[in-house]
Amino acid sequence: MAEIVSLADAISALVRDGDTVALEGFTHLIPHAAGHEIVRQRRRELALIRMTPDVVYDQLIGAGCARSLTFSWGGNPGVGSLHRLRDAVENGWPRPLELIEHSHAGMAAAWAAGASNLPFGLLRGYRGTDLHPPATVTCPFTGEQLAAVPAHRPDVGIIHAQRADRRGNVQLWGILGVQKETVLASARALATVEELVDALEPLPGAIVLPHWVIEAIAVVPRGAAPSYAHGYYDRDNEFYKQWDDISRERESFTQWLDDHVYAEVAA
Amino acid sequence: MNDELMAIEAARRLSNDTVCFVGIGLPSTAANLARATHAPDCVLIYESGTIGAKPTELPLSIGDGELAETADAVVSVPEMFAYWLQGGRIDVGFLGAAQIDRHGNLNSTVIGPYDSPTVRLPGGGGAPEIATNVRDVFVMLRQTPRTFVERLDFRTSVGDRVRVVVTDLGVLEPRDGELTLTHVHPGVSVDDVQAATGWELRVAGDVRETTPATEHELRALHALRTKGDA
Repeated sequence: MAEIVSLADAISALVRDGDTVALEGFTHLIPHAAGHEIVRQRRRELALIRMTPDVVYDQLIGAGCARSLTFSWGGNPGVGSLHRLRDAVENGWPRPLELIEHSHAGMAAAWAAGASNLPFGLLRGYRGTDLHPPATVTCPFTGEQLAAVPAHRPDVGIIHAQRADRRGNVQLWGILGVQKETVLASARALATVEELVDALEPLPGAIVLPHWVIEAIAVVPRGAAPSYAHGYYDRDNEFYKQWDDISRERESFTQWLDDHVYAEVAA
Repeated sequence: MNDELMAIEAARRLSNDTVCFVGIGLPSTAANLARATHAPDCVLIYESGTIGAKPTELPLSIGDGELAETADAVVSVPEMFAYWLQGGRIDVGFLGAAQIDRHGNLNSTVIGPYDSPTVRLPGGGGAPEIATNVRDVFVMLRQTPRTFVERLDFRTSVGDRVRVVVTDLGVLEPRDGELTLTHVHPGVSVDDVQAATGWELRVAGDVRETTPATEHELRALHALRTKGDA
């Protein structure tokens, strides 16, 4: 049953050292503010999951929160590499990072399996690549060999959405990525939202995640920035470009983290 | 200049009824250029779940808001990969890479050994399944001895369905399972292309010069770029 709480209280109650944690959002609705709060509360040894680790995962990794990363594409979209991710993988700074690497189709299947309470996801994938599927299974009907990926079942799933009502029903629209799957696959789910409303007005293409599949809701206006929230604010493409410089050196990154994360007080 | 011809030459290969899976950067430029010129009904699908996106400016990411606002349909990512890509609904998929070999296999994962890479690249993303689930794979990348290699450091996707490789120097197409130079761009010699290739390049007997960019194509491309700041 969803409780409406502050972001600091939500992270403090839901995210523990060593947890498997997923912050999802496919370019749109990436829960940046929640990621910053995890950094601020100095969580450690997290096993992070995310299809497209971008700037907020670069920050979590650079801040030393993660022991592993399960992913399928780790870059700054349209800009280039994630320098903190690269530094962790290539040089072990600030600590070594174990990579569990999939394709997008494999990650998507693992999310759908987790939401479906199945042990693994199934796809016609990973053919002819060095990115070996974790296993293959034989179709009992046709004999076809198919790739199998273990289901994602995180301890904590975190998403950002446009709005929630006072009972904690969460509504989101636009590019939906794997957010529904993330909430349903996770043992505990947190949604940060742009605003709390008395009643959710139906919208074309919008989905509602009912209050009884979410543990906590925190109201965090601009909680997805520099990503975007459809209908509220645009993607800050300039920041994504600036991140390339900010994150390139350990010193400039650490300074940015001091100024923009540690110095800020949670919403 | 040849970057422009790359986008133009790839755009020319898309037809009005092509359903095409687009990545960000040059592929997105090419597909939007096709839409702005000879193929206004070409269907652009971005892996974020936007089907039939009609952006007026070039997006920076595959999930920019305008893609969703202009799309015919927006679907979830699991649906995109399962129903639409694996479902066999997509004709053309664009791929880029850090390395390619003579069979069109691509590496976008690591330079150096996987466990201790010299350069950790972003990774495959959609590429492994795009390469095996679309009908035709179009590859776009700049041609240098570092990208056109005898042996990949890592095989991210398989080259079976690569139909064309458009580079800043020319065009390669598979003939008998090996990429073969079929076109050189204006001002580029076959020797130039060989010098930019890390293996002994097969050259078609009838190698031709790429049709130069027309005024119309250039104007449309510049209009897209001005709007998109790309």
